[in-house]
Amino acid sequence: MFEMIESVFNWIQSQYLIWTVLKIVVIVLPLITAVAFYTYFERKVIGSMQIRVGPNRVGPLGLIQPFADVFKLLLKEIVLPTNANRFLFVTAPVIALAPAFAAWAVVPFNDFLVLADVDAGLLYVLALTSLGVYGIIIAGWASNSKYAFLGAMRAAAQAVSYEIAMGFALVGVLILAGSMNLREIVLAQQGGIFDWYWLPLFPLFVIYMISGLAETNRAPFDMAEGESEIVAGFHVEYSGAAFAVFFLAEYANMILISGLTAIMFAGGWLSPFEGWPVIGDTFLGQGSIIWFLAKTVIFMFMFLWYRATWPRYRYDQIMRLGWKVLIPITLVWVMLSALMTVLGIVVKGS
Amino acid sequence: MIVQELIFYAFSLVMVFAAVAVITVRNPVYAVLFLVLAFFSAAAIWMLLEAEFLAIILVVVYVGAVMVLFLFVVMMLDINLVPLKEGFIRYLPVAAIVAVAMAIELLMVLWSRGRFGVDMFPVPPPHSADYSNTRELGELLYSNYLLPFEVAGVVLLVAIIAAVALTLRTRPGIKVQNPSVQVRTRRDASVRLVKMKSEKPRGA
Amino acid sequence: MNSAQLLLAAPEFWVLVMACVIMIVDLFLREERRGIIHMLAMLTVIFAAIITLRGDFLANGLPSASAFNDSFIRDPMGDVLKVFSFVLMGLIYTYSKFYLRNFKMFRADFYTLSLFALLGVMLLISANSMLMMYLGLELISLSVYALVAFNRESGRGSESAMKYFVLGSMASGMLLYGMSMIYGATGSLLIPDIAEAIRVQGSDDILLIFGLVFVVVGIAFKFGVVPFHMWIPDVYEGAPPAVTLFISSVPKLAAFAMAYRFLSSGLGDLHIHWESMLASLAILSIILGNLAAIMQKNIKRMLAYSTISHMGFVLLGLLPGTAFGFGAAMYYVIVYGIMSVAAFAMIILLSSRGVEAETLDDFKGLNQRNPYYAAIMGLVLFSMAGVPPMVGFFAKLMVLKAVVEAGMIWLAVSAVVFAVIGAFYYLRVVKYMYFDEPENETSITAPVDFGAALTLNGIMIIGLGIFSSSLITICMTSFGV
Repeated sequence: MFEMIESVFNWIQSQYLIWTVLKIVVIVLPLITAVAFYTYFERKVIGSMQIRVGPNRVGPLGLIQPFADVFKLLLKEIVLPTNANRFLFVTAPVIALAPAFAAWAVVPFNDFLVLADVDAGLLYVLALTSLGVYGIIIAGWASNSKYAFLGAMRAAAQAVSYEIAMGFALVGVLILAGSMNLREIVLAQQGGIFDWYWLPLFPLFVIYMISGLAETNRAPFDMAEGESEIVAGFHVEYSGAAFAVFFLAEYANMILISGLTAIMFAGGWLSPFEGWPVIGDTFLGQGSIIWFLAKTVIFMFMFLWYRATWPRYRYDQIMRLGWKVLIPITLVWVMLSALMTVLGIVVKGS
Repeated sequence: MIVQELIFYAFSLVMVFAAVAVITVRNPVYAVLFLVLAFFSAAAIWMLLEAEFLAIILVVVYVGAVMVLFLFVVMMLDINLVPLKEGFIRYLPVAAIVAVAMAIELLMVLWSRGRFGVDMFPVPPPHSADYSNTRELGELLYSNYLLPFEVAGVVLLVAIIAAVALTLRTRPGIKVQNPSVQVRTRRDASVRLVKMKSEKPRGA
Repeated sequence: MNSAQLLLAAPEFWVLVMACVIMIVDLFLREERRGIIHMLAMLTVIFAAIITLRGDFLANGLPSASAFNDSFIRDPMGDVLKVFSFVLMGLIYTYSKFYLRNFKMFRADFYTLSLFALLGVMLLISANSMLMMYLGLELISLSVYALVAFNRESGRGSESAMKYFVLGSMASGMLLYGMSMIYGATGSLLIPDIAEAIRVQGSDDILLIFGLVFVVVGIAFKFGVVPFHMWIPDVYEGAPPAVTLFISSVPKLAAFAMAYRFLSSGLGDLHIHWESMLASLAILSIILGNLAAIMQKNIKRMLAYSTISHMGFVLLGLLPGTAFGFGAAMYYVIVYGIMSVAAFAMIILLSSRGVEAETLDDFKGLNQRNPYYAAIMGLVLFSMAGVPPMVGFFAKLMVLKAVVEAGMIWLAVSAVVFAVIGAFYYLRVVKYMYFDEPENETSITAPVDFGAALTLNGIMIIGLGIFSSSLITICMTSFGV
């Protein structure tokens, strides 16, 4: 019995394609589940911050609520606006979703759990996050609606502006780690919580999180939706399953950004207690996937925290912040991080 | 490798199709989207050549930024195609002559014996595992090609200056906010505490 | 690379740094202190000239040296061209200040953009690889496109900038296409390596020849010779005269250097092929330039067509492929720069507040309004027509001598015939100035520095003519004649 399972397992491993597909499924399924519960988490967290209860009717503590939402969305009718561009209208949500999932291919969960251990992983992530904006623009244009179009234009300008700051923030990481491989970037941060890059690259860390908010169109940068100004922005004409896909893409992107922040600036799967006197020798000092997930959840929580805390920016304020504040700071800090490397202030993997 | 060839042909077919579509479709937005598709396929083909840095940079720069702005502009403009087609017949003969001449030249170059063809180029040896495309490019850019690299930077700087010089104008009489002034404002600027004697209720 | 190699590019670094400094200084200047910008720009070109003159090449006679992995070359020819670019630039700044102030366009952008264009000219003059040539060319073109549209209120300016941009981009595309073919045929971007590769594998290669065709098209566009001349009249007419001053003079020096390095140093073994191409371009330009100029009522368009014919003469000098011919062409292009700057300065002088002088009628009776400036304009026109003892005569003489020495008598004869026909329209302006009644009686005045620069310019035209051997010797020794 056991031998049979083992031989089946070995056979699967030898079939490269099947094995890869299996790995993809193992990554994507939990991701979709995480998205579902992230919405529940969001409503609970914001509820408690605003001294409300949040969802508590469906299932114990309202835990089944996400599934109720999913069924509601899937069963609703998809309305196609008049004169909308049918093909692009239907394709747009898929274009928005695909990069959010594809980027997970290079994310290392721990030292060996990674779908594709590519050398240019950081660039790959940057390329894919920059593609997400196409879904939004195409959706806005194909809807043949003024509000949708306004939302799309806002989103395009915002995404392009903040991509630069985001890219430069990652250049700082690249300089210190000396590699674009995400696994090696994590390994370069070894040595406990004060060796992670959030400390030497603190401004870049903050800017990365701010740009992450802007890239995912989350509050306080949710101008593309701006429900009090342009109704719901780019997806105003979407309903049912198509809307659900946009929803999925937005939350998957948030989880992705949180995961990437954990990898780039918070040591990925490494333990914060690594090398500490007593704790460091126990199991707490070992790196593991649990640490990575915990860090990701902390950053995910921060996304919600921002939303509950800050009012929405105005369009010109967003542009000003991006071009005149964030980009100059990143430029200066990139040079400083080069200095830190040359002068040996930050040594990788120490 | 049969798989590699399959991938190559798939992407090159898509690329050629997209490139043709860019110049033949009527809707400019479609044209831009096809251009994006063409860039993407080109990036995939570069990837097959083990030029992963160039491939991804093509996606980051062109697909992720340049084409988004392009799409932005094309969508905002209401392009009327009819006036663009005026004079098409009139200029057709000259254009056709030039085009045919260029095409013949190209074909002659392609057919010139002993320059093109698979047998002319040996298969490049595969690189070792620790070979980094990015590092090699960086080393070349900052040594052999230092001056062209810097001058290219100057060209881009001039493009920025030119764009600003041609568009920036300060119109009189418009109200703008100065955020730094707004942020620096103090309570004294807007609130004045006035000491008043409390009035006594009538008849007390 | 060591610091001695970096020092070879010292003039380039200086101009680059100063362009950035001027841009930043302008931020902190109040409107009425803008004069400082002008001072800084003058200082830039003067100091750049000093650095270049004190280099080993003009002072100590070093033949040549290259830096940046051979993509940058310093030699006497380049240094002479650069020094004259600086001299012309100094004159241009002096003239254009008057215009810019008059027409309320006195902004620092003009100085920054033109300094970047100057940097492009310097890099193109020193370019020793196809990559640097392309980048230098683009640096000039980009700055000039913006300068042409510099007067934002002028619809004509924007239109001509747009035309120039579209045609210029196409020419750049052609040039790149040709370069890619040459790279494919020889496997190198560096000019000396290309020459070496052609020497080894022979010049009978269809890929090389097609590459050469496209490169010649690109060069012809930059010179503005027929049939790639369409942009010249429109741009000269649409651009502010302050900008036309620049376009018509300094970039031509760079175009000459590029043509020399590419055609002679790089593709010298293909001489028989490019000789005939240049011959047809040259003779067409001389014919069309001179005939079309006769029909112009607009002085700027007239000068534009005269430029086309002059550039035809420069190509005449280039096409024999001899050292003497190159020296003659270099002499011609420098002389043309000096003459053209003076001619456009006169247009600026005649433009009164808010109204630009455009038609030939504006020159009527100039002698009565200001005999001194009329005399200088007369000098310029006689020189352009090629009347001795003005410098323009010797320039034509040297070029024709080079062509005759190469045995192309018919080419020389037809060039002379059309030059004589062309003399008509120059002399017509002289007739307007001296024998017609002015339409506008107000006398003409100019600031002191403008007058001084124009006087200097006039002295150069006649002085370099009477003592013609001085500049000719400098040009010829650059090519070892």
